[in-house]
Amino acid sequence: MERPIRVLVAKPGLDGHDRGAKVIARALRDAGMEVIYTGLRQTAEQIVNAAIQEDVDCVAMSILSGAHNTLLPKVVELLTAENATDILVLGGGVIPYEDIPFLKEKGIKEIFTPGSTTQTIIDYIRENVNR
Amino acid sequence: MFDKNQISILKEAVDKENAKTQEKLQKRPERKKKFTTGSGAPVNRYYTPVDIADMDYMNDLGLPGAFPYTRGVQPNMYRGQFWTMRMYAGFATAEESNKRYKFLVEQGSSGLSVAFDLPTQIGYDSDHALSEGEVGKVGVAIDSLADMELLFDGIPLDKVSTSMTINAPASVLLAMYIAVAEKQGVSSEKLRGTIQNDILKEYIARGTYIFPTEPSMRLITDIFAFCSKEVPQWNTISISGYHIREAGSTAAQEVGFTLADGIAYVEAAIKAGLDVDSFAPRLSFFFNAHNDLLEEVSKYRAARRLWARIMKDRFGAKDVKSMQLKFHTQTGGSTLTAQQPENNIVRVAIQTLAAVLGGTQSLHTNSKDEALALPTEASVRVALRTQQIVAHESGVTEVVDPLAGSYYIEAKTKEIEDAAMAYIKKIDDIGGAAKAIDAGYIQSEIMDASYDYQKNVESGEIIVVGMNKYQVEEASPTGLLRVDPSVGEMQKARLAKLRASRDNVKVNETLIALKTACEGSDNVMPFILEAVKTYATLGEICDVMRDVFGEYQQSINL
Repeated sequence: MERPIRVLVAKPGLDGHDRGAKVIARALRDAGMEVIYTGLRQTAEQIVNAAIQEDVDCVAMSILSGAHNTLLPKVVELLTAENATDILVLGGGVIPYEDIPFLKEKGIKEIFTPGSTTQTIIDYIRENVNR
Repeated sequence: MFDKNQISILKEAVDKENAKTQEKLQKRPERKKKFTTGSGAPVNRYYTPVDIADMDYMNDLGLPGAFPYTRGVQPNMYRGQFWTMRMYAGFATAEESNKRYKFLVEQGSSGLSVAFDLPTQIGYDSDHALSEGEVGKVGVAIDSLADMELLFDGIPLDKVSTSMTINAPASVLLAMYIAVAEKQGVSSEKLRGTIQNDILKEYIARGTYIFPTEPSMRLITDIFAFCSKEVPQWNTISISGYHIREAGSTAAQEVGFTLADGIAYVEAAIKAGLDVDSFAPRLSFFFNAHNDLLEEVSKYRAARRLWARIMKDRFGAKDVKSMQLKFHTQTGGSTLTAQQPENNIVRVAIQTLAAVLGGTQSLHTNSKDEALALPTEASVRVALRTQQIVAHESGVTEVVDPLAGSYYIEAKTKEIEDAAMAYIKKIDDIGGAAKAIDAGYIQSEIMDASYDYQKNVESGEIIVVGMNKYQVEEASPTGLLRVDPSVGEMQKARLAKLRASRDNVKVNETLIALKTACEGSDNVMPFILEAVKTYATLGEICDVMRDVFGEYQQSINL
């Protein structure tokens, strides 16, 4: 049997809003994925270390503090430096639409803004993980 | 209140009518199988005196301004004066925020409410590695007394009341405020305002904790003790259900968990040797306003009644001010949609009405664009006008607690009170709020409620207009507020200059004295005040405390 999709749900930066991250984590788990949740206040380095150690297929980061343009690209950079470009990187939270092109250009594959359903995210991950 | 005989006649009639209607409903079903409040609590088709047959008017409601304060903490409420229209604001540098405060005061805002950026809230200076990308984003960056002087420049601190959303380092920001006032020639007895200072809900729901539970509780009781002598008009804590609700709790959980936190603070202060009536009158609360108008009104009334009884019966408070639950309200950020943001103005208007009909003492109304970014000046103006329209045009302010006596409102008030009391009892059994948080009990109860809500939204059982029904194709919104990305660099440069120009010997002396105080049992407030006056930075002061107290480790449960 194929092993389940493994996802790291992460909270980068100092933001304490974790309702979304926790709901997503539980929904992914209920959808049969293996989920590791980092908890709050993760640096890009910590997120990348966890992603590699846990051998995940996807890193899903939730951020509502406005620091997304600084923190999300840094995670992609560090993953690239570790040759882990096969990991699907996603972002979500209070992120203005006009920032999305920049983030995608930096390698965040998709951004889910408020109102996105957990089902949309589950489907997206299933269709887009590299395996 | 009701004649027993009449109640039983009525009950018979209700039962008969119910049976008849049930038959009709077989043929013609209602819109839903189950009707619930916004928090998922069941709602009957209608309410009658049968549902509140046990209510005793004088015991359960009382007159406005009288125990148990169900009907409000003042006898005349908004006929005396309106609630304080207090708009939470702050971003970028102290100068930028100072401009926004002056704008708000010009527009008729009656109190200031300071939003700090995350590094400030977590006790890091702007040049700390973890501050990267966060400086000035969700609030104003304050590194030292120098920033605080700019923040309140030209604002007379004896004339305004200032609320500061600051928790783990509340002692430091309060000390800076006192020091700015002193420079303006305003003595600390004249200062009016509030610090949030509610660490327990940071562990539960908001996340800006620094120190472990025990030293955090000591800092809080030190502030209670210091302010009761030095800053007697200051509200020393704002025990907050707001963030608990935002995290996804129900209305009853919001009341239950918040008052359980309140009980923990009162117990800690009594244990530290304070007399309950010396600090309890300065406790204040902070609740959310969601869209279910009648449930929310009942919630505020239930919270007031429950707190009054707890303070009187459990803690033996004698001063009536210790029994009065006074609260600030903010409209529910999580109820706003990124889709069709104009609709949010309507949501905020309903929530404003809920807070006012529930007897709030002050109110922040969210702006329509807050699911997308920090609000622009134009959208903040509409949010403030919403309060002014309810105040001046709706008529609900002319009479105290107008919904009292509604069978539904009184039944719901009792139901929420009972449900909240059941949570408090459960938390008491675990050993109090701090233990219940460490055990993850409160967090997982909230998590379950928030997950249920999300599932109901996705199944379409709950309709959010514009989001899962009545959607339209929309262009990406433009004209959102952007924080100048150079704020971080500016703040760093300012810090470097400060560190080079201040008397560093004096700074070190005060920091060493603070360390000794932290290690011992002296009240730390006077030592923090001395340190901020030498322009020791927030990060330096918090580092001293981190050294002595250690840092909180979050328990993660999904």
